[in-house]
Amino acid sequence: MACAASTKPVGQFDLDAPWQLDAQVRVRPEAFGALLYHFGTRQLSFLKSPALLAVVRSLGAQPSARAACTAAGVQAEDLMRYAHALQTLAASRMICERETR
Amino acid sequence: MTTAPLPLAEQFQHGLQAPICLTWELTYACNLSCVHCLSSSGRRDPRELTTAECMAVIDELQRMQVFYVNIGGGEPTVRPDFWALVDHATGHDVGVKFSTNGVKITPEVARRLAGRDYVDVQISLDGATPEVNDAVRGRGSYEVALRAMRNLADAGFAGFKISVVMTRHNVGQLDVFKAIADRFGAQLRVTRLRPSGRGADSWNELHPTVGQQRELYDWLVAHGTDVLTGDSFFHLSGYGAALPGLNLCGAGRVVCLIDPVGDVYACPFAIHPSFLAGNVRDPGGFAGVWQHSELFSDLRRPQAGGACESCSAFGSCRGGCMAAKFFTGLPRDGPDPECVRGHGEQALAAAASAPAPRPSPDHSHRTAPYRTGERQPVPLTLSVRPPVSAHPPVSGRPPVSACNVNPLAGFIPER
Repeated sequence: MACAASTKPVGQFDLDAPWQLDAQVRVRPEAFGALLYHFGTRQLSFLKSPALLAVVRSLGAQPSARAACTAAGVQAEDLMRYAHALQTLAASRMICERETR
Repeated sequence: MTTAPLPLAEQFQHGLQAPICLTWELTYACNLSCVHCLSSSGRRDPRELTTAECMAVIDELQRMQVFYVNIGGGEPTVRPDFWALVDHATGHDVGVKFSTNGVKITPEVARRLAGRDYVDVQISLDGATPEVNDAVRGRGSYEVALRAMRNLADAGFAGFKISVVMTRHNVGQLDVFKAIADRFGAQLRVTRLRPSGRGADSWNELHPTVGQQRELYDWLVAHGTDVLTGDSFFHLSGYGAALPGLNLCGAGRVVCLIDPVGDVYACPFAIHPSFLAGNVRDPGGFAGVWQHSELFSDLRRPQAGGACESCSAFGSCRGGCMAAKFFTGLPRDGPDPECVRGHGEQALAAAASAPAPRPSPDHSHRTAPYRTGERQPVPLTLSVRPPVSAHPPVSGRPPVSACNVNPLAGFIPER
């Protein structure tokens, strides 16, 4: 499923919303983390740690981004750093909010 | 507890599972004979990869998760199977950006391209005016490129790339290039002139002057990410703030080149046996070359920076471009020939006594291209055959050939 246009103000990441990788994004694991490529925007992004890769990979299966972070072992004091990284990914359409019904 | 990850550039020095930026030159055949051609293209190589071999390489790129390839040449669109290969790649999760001089971008092709998601087009243009462009790329090439751009824009292809190699004659046209790109809804990309391929013979007269390098740097800083550079001007970072991009030599680490016969080189600017890592026809295929070749393993080890390491700019320029050094006769741990601190000029003067390595192979057309402003008289001597007398033979007079069957050969009627 492609990303729906976000209605959230820029710079504010909703940790409690359900998120997912965009359907047009592919992930290539690397020693430092991973490469992300979006076939629609033809943009490349880098995940600079294996832990961030674990978070991104589990987004689609977790009820919220916060839950994905917890499941990946992210400590409370690091949560805002991860939220910031996820916000960057959302801004470049690599991840998007999952529609729930 | 978490530790801050190393900067990406540091991580990339050690190489990746697969290249990020793979250039694949599909053919050495080209309708043009640009004086700075990186691959000395012109004539097709009879050993060129077949359609089936190309498709097998694409399948391997898909397995390695190489998400896109930069296809070039030569002129890739002159391969009869070009569109089939593009279709095969995009159908297998390998996006395509291809470079062309525009010769095959008809209105119909442009419409077909505009309907594709995973294909990007890059039109080469090396002058914002026909005079400047055609002097480098050949007579009529400006008009061909502009026609291709019009066709793409008319077909609704937004954001195609216009790619410019920066020379002494076009740095002053940067604003005009940008205006051309804006007019067509395209994105401008400017890259560095390398002394590679036929560029080895034209670099001295074409590379930007010191003043122009500064002008170019300031212009790039002012335009930020609006203008693409293929990360090719990291040697200019010595002027101050780093330009957008990774700012490192990615040769064999994040970048490589597959040439038309399947040879794998460290980067597109290094077509020379010294940078040949293997061939996709080898038993391990492309993955085997990328992951296990001796050359690439060597490039992924920490590189010595020589005298440059004591320079305050080394952290940003990293000693510059490996290929530019190689083809100007400078050592790999020496300064870039266009070092912004002026170390390159000194090194070039010191290296002038020994000949620089010659790019090879050479697939140039065997006829000399037309070059604007270089029409010179052809040196030949006209002589009048002196009257033939039976004997004694006069030196300088051609002898009567044994094959001359004219019964009157050698016969001079007496007056």
